[in-house]
Amino acid sequence: MSELRSIADKARPSASGPASPLSELSTTPKSHLHPRPSFDLADHPVPGGKEEVWRFTPLEPLRDLFNGAGGTGSLAWESRLPSGVALGEIGLDEAKALGIPAPMDRVSAMAVNRAGRVALIDVPADVALDGPVVIGLNGADAQSTVFGHLVFRIGARARATVVLRHTGAARYGSSVSVLVGEGATLNFVSLQDWDDGAIHAGQHSFRIGADAKVKSVTASLGGSLIRLMETASYAGPGGELEQFGVYFVNAAQHVEHRLFVDHNQPNTVSNVDYRGALQGQGAQAVWVGDVLIRKVAENISTYESNKNLVLTDGCRAESVPNLEIETGEIRGAGHSSTTGRFDDEQLFYLRSRGIPEDEARRLVVHGFFVDIIRRIQVPEVEQRLLAAVEKELQAAVSSPNQEK
Amino acid sequence: MSSLVIKDLHVEVDTESGPKEILKGVNLTISSGEVHAIMGPNGSGKSTMAYSIAGHPKYKITRGSVKLDGVELSELSVDQRAKAGLFLAMQYPIEVPGVSVANFLRTAKTALDGEPPKVRAWVKEVNRAMEQLGLDVTFSSRSLNEGFSGGEKKRNEIVQLELLNPKFAVLDETDSGLDIDALRIVSEGVNRYSAQGDRGVLLITHYTRILNYIKPDFVHVFVDGHIVAEGGAELAENLEVEGYDRFIQAARANA
Repeated sequence: MSELRSIADKARPSASGPASPLSELSTTPKSHLHPRPSFDLADHPVPGGKEEVWRFTPLEPLRDLFNGAGGTGSLAWESRLPSGVALGEIGLDEAKALGIPAPMDRVSAMAVNRAGRVALIDVPADVALDGPVVIGLNGADAQSTVFGHLVFRIGARARATVVLRHTGAARYGSSVSVLVGEGATLNFVSLQDWDDGAIHAGQHSFRIGADAKVKSVTASLGGSLIRLMETASYAGPGGELEQFGVYFVNAAQHVEHRLFVDHNQPNTVSNVDYRGALQGQGAQAVWVGDVLIRKVAENISTYESNKNLVLTDGCRAESVPNLEIETGEIRGAGHSSTTGRFDDEQLFYLRSRGIPEDEARRLVVHGFFVDIIRRIQVPEVEQRLLAAVEKELQAAVSSPNQEK
Repeated sequence: MSSLVIKDLHVEVDTESGPKEILKGVNLTISSGEVHAIMGPNGSGKSTMAYSIAGHPKYKITRGSVKLDGVELSELSVDQRAKAGLFLAMQYPIEVPGVSVANFLRTAKTALDGEPPKVRAWVKEVNRAMEQLGLDVTFSSRSLNEGFSGGEKKRNEIVQLELLNPKFAVLDETDSGLDIDALRIVSEGVNRYSAQGDRGVLLITHYTRILNYIKPDFVHVFVDGHIVAEGGAELAENLEVEGYDRFIQAARANA
């Protein structure tokens, strides 16, 4: 009745022999799972579909984002900037000089090369913002190809919440870099709240300063195809990253999150928890969670978790956690992945208190997401997401007897 | 006057080597106002009885009947059985992340009554129930059973028992994993419930310790899937001295 696949293990450090001194000096991840990051388009040929990082993705809808056809427009901007926060424009060379991480794939390479100017959102050092920075990007037309390049710079010891919200429809290729200064505390929320038909691919990268604390919440709901490469690396020791994600995938929708946490500094922490629900024929979710623990990254701790709740037949969830460990001197590393139908025990418990089956299912799914959504801590965003989840649930959970 | 009547109950579970019969003809009648204790060694089928009455999908009733006030429970869904007046306090309450205790209690109460409780009175009632079980008021906002200690889970079961106030309560090893203070607090909750006079309790345990706090009217010894001896509270005292051994030997001899 319930198909449950579960992988949970405590990874052991690999005994893969001494790494060469050269590889330790290199800034390029040795990770075999990732192509070499580069700003140069020539280093990112148009994928043919056999590449490891593209093998789950339908490529045809991304054709224009690969070749840039028609990509001259921009999304409509709306911004709410608490006092002290500046919004400006810089060129690509200036952005590179700030230390933005290089693109990992063809679409993000297109985005940095074709977007033209780079939007720079600057939170100065030592401030505590009195409200969230809100950047709203809206697309007017699912048929127009748009590239965007954003850089958020969070000054040392600043405390900030940033909400990046995508709405409307477009064929959008993006590069978003978040440079977090030493000792800063950042709550970064990215909402892919697209209308039907929207296509969004790109890269969100965190560069985490020494002792900085970053929490991110990525919520992907609408659109026909969303594919985000989310990377994190550390600019100094002691940085902490908590990365949460929620996604709701409907019929014929493809939602893909590819995470790569590069523990390239000692005493760093990462904790990843992504959850998704799938419903309807052809709904496809992909979650890939890669963690690289480099030789220098002693005393780090990392855990990754992905849970998929399959609400109807005809859905497909891929969940692939990977750990590459080059040092045994760590505090802990592990991951878990589950994909399944409703938990029979949870439903039994709720129903044994008189709660009818459909109501019990609704409670379970609601709880599954609330657990993540409550971490956003921006009330208007939490409410909006909860409402969106409610709406999705009405369609899904009330349909009787989905299990065969 | 309500009654829970179990007649010739046979239950099996699926195992890797095929279906296995766990309950082999249980007969038991509980009337409102009575406290029955079921005692037996590990693996004798006590919990199976509790879960099969409540309708857990793992257990299949192959013969016999369970009637609550004449209504055949085995023909009802799990939630309909609760609506008929049955409550099961579980040995291992299940975690439901993201669903707060408060939300859960309100949803259950609404489902059982067919209408939402009056907010102000309900909140008071919930707070009083929590307080009586020694739980902090912040407990309501925690995710249901998630990260609860063993003792907190059991207290939370009894909070539900008092708030939902069913006709019959089956308590499956509610005493296991409790320290002495928690055992007393939990027992007091059960006693408040049964002191109403028109409620029935089926208390499943394999230790006599909880019977120092909750006085049973009837004690049933459960071995190898059925009841092998019945008596009053004195039977529990005998068990404390003699153990289950003589019943197990007798069951083997009869097998």
